[in-house]
Amino acid sequence: MSFQDLVARAQNWSKEQPWRLYGSQISILVRNEVSRNLRRRVWIYLLAFIPVLLILIHLMVGRHNLDVDQIEADTDVLAGIVQLYYFRLGTFFACMGIFTWLFRGEMVERTLHYQFLVPVRREVLVVGKFFAGAVVAIALFETAVLACFCLTYARFGAAGKSYVFDGPGLAQLGSYLLVTALACLGYGAVFLALSLLFKNPIVPGVVIMGWEVIAPIFPAWAQRLSVTFYLKHLCPVSLPLTGPLAIFTIVAEPVAPWIAVLGLLCLTIAILVLSCFLIHRLEITYTAE
Amino acid sequence: MTPDSRQIVFENVSKFYGEVLGVNKVNFSLEPGITSLVGPNGSGKTTLMNLMTGLIRPSRGAIYVLGLTPQQPIEFFRQVGFCTQFDSFPPGTNGYDFIYWPLRLHGFGADQAAKLTNEALERAGMGQVARRKVAGYSKGMRQRIRLAQAIAHHPSVLVLDEPLNGLDPMARSESIALFQAIAKQGMHVIISSHILEEVDRISDRVVLMSSGYVVAEGQIREVRREVRDHPMQILVRCSNASRLAAAAFELDHVVEAKILSDGQSVLVRTRDAEQFYLLLNKIVSGGFVEVDAVAPADDDVNSIYQYLIGSDGGQA
Repeated sequence: MSFQDLVARAQNWSKEQPWRLYGSQISILVRNEVSRNLRRRVWIYLLAFIPVLLILIHLMVGRHNLDVDQIEADTDVLAGIVQLYYFRLGTFFACMGIFTWLFRGEMVERTLHYQFLVPVRREVLVVGKFFAGAVVAIALFETAVLACFCLTYARFGAAGKSYVFDGPGLAQLGSYLLVTALACLGYGAVFLALSLLFKNPIVPGVVIMGWEVIAPIFPAWAQRLSVTFYLKHLCPVSLPLTGPLAIFTIVAEPVAPWIAVLGLLCLTIAILVLSCFLIHRLEITYTAE
Repeated sequence: MTPDSRQIVFENVSKFYGEVLGVNKVNFSLEPGITSLVGPNGSGKTTLMNLMTGLIRPSRGAIYVLGLTPQQPIEFFRQVGFCTQFDSFPPGTNGYDFIYWPLRLHGFGADQAAKLTNEALERAGMGQVARRKVAGYSKGMRQRIRLAQAIAHHPSVLVLDEPLNGLDPMARSESIALFQAIAKQGMHVIISSHILEEVDRISDRVVLMSSGYVVAEGQIREVRREVRDHPMQILVRCSNASRLAAAAFELDHVVEAKILSDGQSVLVRTRDAEQFYLLLNKIVSGGFVEVDAVAPADDDVNSIYQYLIGSDGGQA
């Protein structure tokens, strides 16, 4: 079969698909899943807003040095919060909670069969649920990162305003928000796939976490299979870490930011395609749960 | 075999859960009408229904429902409604939303979905409580709201796993009338139930199952003929039960003649019912015994089921 034949087949297939129906089904799935997830995941709110609370407490009870040098120091603290807490712990565990629950939770609650008994392709179901999880995770963590950023610089008054709007502050905020969104997408896709592969995705989740930590010591091609590989290249502030913690900042092979963004999106799509295959293997056998 | 667009076809279907047999070598095809799956717990009724609707995949064989398979979900689930026996619901949902949102996933617009939702709620007798949370429903109400969801999109094939469980007599009677009305429109209604009397009354055909195998399938009387070798039971109520029992015993084809506790009835088990009826005529015309009533005691699903699988059909 020639390349032209393949293209023609793909075009025919595409024309036969009811894309409008898929779109409306995805929007309904997202609506239902978002309201369900936002209602029931209190600990994920905590995970997202713990640093915000800590910064707030620090502002209320601490003694503050408000000179310009302190802005640089606080910028490093904010970078540490975002890179060490949000990227490595907060979004990781929140995505584990949100995305593994999308299918496995419904198996535990014995309600997944309702999703399988409607005229919805299982691939559409995967995409709809993934988007729903992504909306919840991104909304929570972008709000939290934004709150951390505002609280960090607001106390400096005019100097803080100048750092944000005339200095590098706004670009840093943009990078943090982009990286937060990408982290949610990347980890989300990983945990969605794990929930379709394993009855208990917690243990493989811990293995993935270990892999994300030690990936920097592996060859460059292997590092590309980790989410943090791409995120690190997009972080606007380098952390001044030494000793064992320096492993979090190693960049073995620098890549351009746009390649990092594209790479993570490709990794996410590849894992979602795998999930679409896995969902076809899934059977409703609640007694085995 | 080419799948028929009006039939439900099982082609040599087997399902194993690891080493545990679900169903084995199931072959049959069903015409429109009410079909009942009968068998004890673990006989494979629910497995068969889950296979039919794609909730599980066959280990071997193929299933076609109106020529479609669950691998074509858009076309398939527009034709099929399945009321499972899983008594669980999405947390926080109310009766109306439970029906409305799946209809939206079917592709119905908001107005049409609302209209179909209200219609289904009325047909299931749930209109008054539709806005209440499902978590606050009684078992019978939960059963009926699942039924309403299964029929809301007007499927051509309605699969109902133990649909009469938990219903009070009035709701049961209304549900049966609903199944019959749906079947009269030329649709398939597949029911599993352990209430054999009701299955007997409403079914066009039965599929009898035991230990994962289909042991008989067809109209009730056809199934009865399939087990012709098994002695048939005839209950005779008469003035002299012991005399009748003694006369019956002299016939080769009578394997048992039991006088019942009322002292006026004899239960005869015979391999040749026609010969026994001839004897009965002779006895009556001879004036030895006055017969008040004669009735086949086992020409229903329950007794056929007992014959076939050597178990108490009432416990199925």
